Amino acid sequence: MLVTLASLLYGAGPVSAGDAIRALSGGGSSEARFVITELRVPRTLIALTAGLALGLAGALLQALTRNPLAEPGLLGVSAGSGFAVALAILLGATTATLTTLVAQAGALAGCALVIAATRVQGMGNDPIRLVLAGATMSALLLALTSMLMLLDQRAADEIRFWITGSVAGKSLAMLEATLPSIAVALLLSAFVARPLAAMALGEKAAVGLGHHPGRIRFLVIISVALLVGAATALAGPLIFVGLVVPFIARAFAGPDIRKTLWLCVPTGPAVVLAADVVSRLIARPSEMPLGVVTALIGAPVLLIIVRAGRLPSL
Amino acid sequence: MSHTDTATLAAERITLAHQKYIVAENLDLRLPTGRVTAIVGPNGCGKSTLLNGLARIHVPKRGAVLLDGKDIHRLPSREVARKLALLPQDNSAPEGLTVADLVRFGRQPHQGWMKPWSEEDQRTCDRAIQAANMSDLSGRALETLSGGQRQRAWIAMAVAQRTPLLLLDEPTSALDLGHQIEVFELIRELSRQGKTIAMVVHDLASACRYADHMVAMKQGCIIGQGAPHELVTPALVRELYGVSCDLIHDPATGSPVLVNVRRQH
Repeated sequence: MLVTLASLLYGAGPVSAGDAIRALSGGGSSEARFVITELRVPRTLIALTAGLALGLAGALLQALTRNPLAEPGLLGVSAGSGFAVALAILLGATTATLTTLVAQAGALAGCALVIAATRVQGMGNDPIRLVLAGATMSALLLALTSMLMLLDQRAADEIRFWITGSVAGKSLAMLEATLPSIAVALLLSAFVARPLAAMALGEKAAVGLGHHPGRIRFLVIISVALLVGAATALAGPLIFVGLVVPFIARAFAGPDIRKTLWLCVPTGPAVVLAADVVSRLIARPSEMPLGVVTALIGAPVLLIIVRAGRLPSL
Repeated sequence: MSHTDTATLAAERITLAHQKYIVAENLDLRLPTGRVTAIVGPNGCGKSTLLNGLARIHVPKRGAVLLDGKDIHRLPSREVARKLALLPQDNSAPEGLTVADLVRFGRQPHQGWMKPWSEEDQRTCDRAIQAANMSDLSGRALETLSGGQRQRAWIAMAVAQRTPLLLLDEPTSALDLGHQIEVFELIRELSRQGKTIAMVVHDLASACRYADHMVAMKQGCIIGQGAPHELVTPALVRELYGVSCDLIHDPATGSPVLVNVRRQH
């Protein structure tokens, strides 16, 4: 709540907090009203949504791979999504729905490629291989995205702006386009929460309790693809959000994945929005890209997790 | 509760394979109801594979595992989980999970979307924890417990499932003698309460001591089944492990004991 208020009140533009309050209550100058309703409100909503999606996706992936470092970026999901959107920009795609679909298809393809890579080895059920394959996929997809940028100068500028991650200057149309799939992903997450918790006891134990690990894995991957695709379409590939948010949620929720998932619902939006407010204030009167801020926050968290001696097992 | 009464589990000419590699072929097996069955044999003989096959972890290439006469792979997995509990060997738990948390998982097959956590679930968990003699430790995180206590916590989870059948894959591997006996006596106690139990046991002496029925496996085949005092002979031990030995009977329990075990010449 506080972060939302801050997001509405503070920005890089020449609109003071007092002007913002007047504008929100319907008064103030027309310039201030424009800044608030056309820029800051959409921006705030988009940051909240992207945070929700990435936080949940990270928690789901970490539970599935049983690796606290697994985040959409690591498993090639964000990279797949990013590559797909970059390709779409290059080909001249403009509509919000199309971009969302492309981003989600890319995220799913990223997941699918990772799974396929592990199947080739005939060991698709081993979570560790999954992460290794994902890291390889990410590197490859990022390289391909860079290659795309060499093809077209105009598209390259757009891709470069988008790929650093930002929630500024995005329209509410994009948000509307992503909401249905986010709703579906939320329902799926609620459905898989209990079996996913059982899978933390080991696959055989989960079967012993009457679950179907293959089916659960499939549903989780679909949810993650929907969430990461939506977030990428909204804000570009924001790194480390899927790592930081579940890390914070887990600190309060303890070992139960169900509690962690629910805590990611408020934590994700708060973290991304706070990062966005920082991104506006840190380099006034200009702005720092949101992706840079999340990276600056996320990298130390990653170090803390790794430096904790051994990785906490999930 | 009807589902806690009895259930039968049998394998009919099952062939089990990892990928293309056939691990066990044409196995026939019926667990004696209300008894403890031990599956024994040398490393790599397929005994864990057989247990996992019985627990529907592996789908048999040929043949069928029958739960109450029905193909286990045609039954809904949740329904099976109300009749058959499994304690796998490679289990794990997230850090910080307490004994009580773990035991609650045992109620999952009985829960549903429309059926939240009930008082009966809670009572069942409390009783399971009591049965495993873990009441004092129920709030402790699993990673802070000794190996034997941890194994008893896992058994308590399986007990909370309230199934007539319980399958355990090497429940005492990596436990010292005291902890082994702790776990085996718990298993005996559960059997006295009417559960049908099958376990893979590495140590032939423990199997003789704690099982009513033994299944001896070698190279993917069952080479003998029966009560320990009938089945276990120096000839069988030689065939299974390639060692010579003499047999005496434990004066206290009458179960066979291997002595003077030596390499075969």
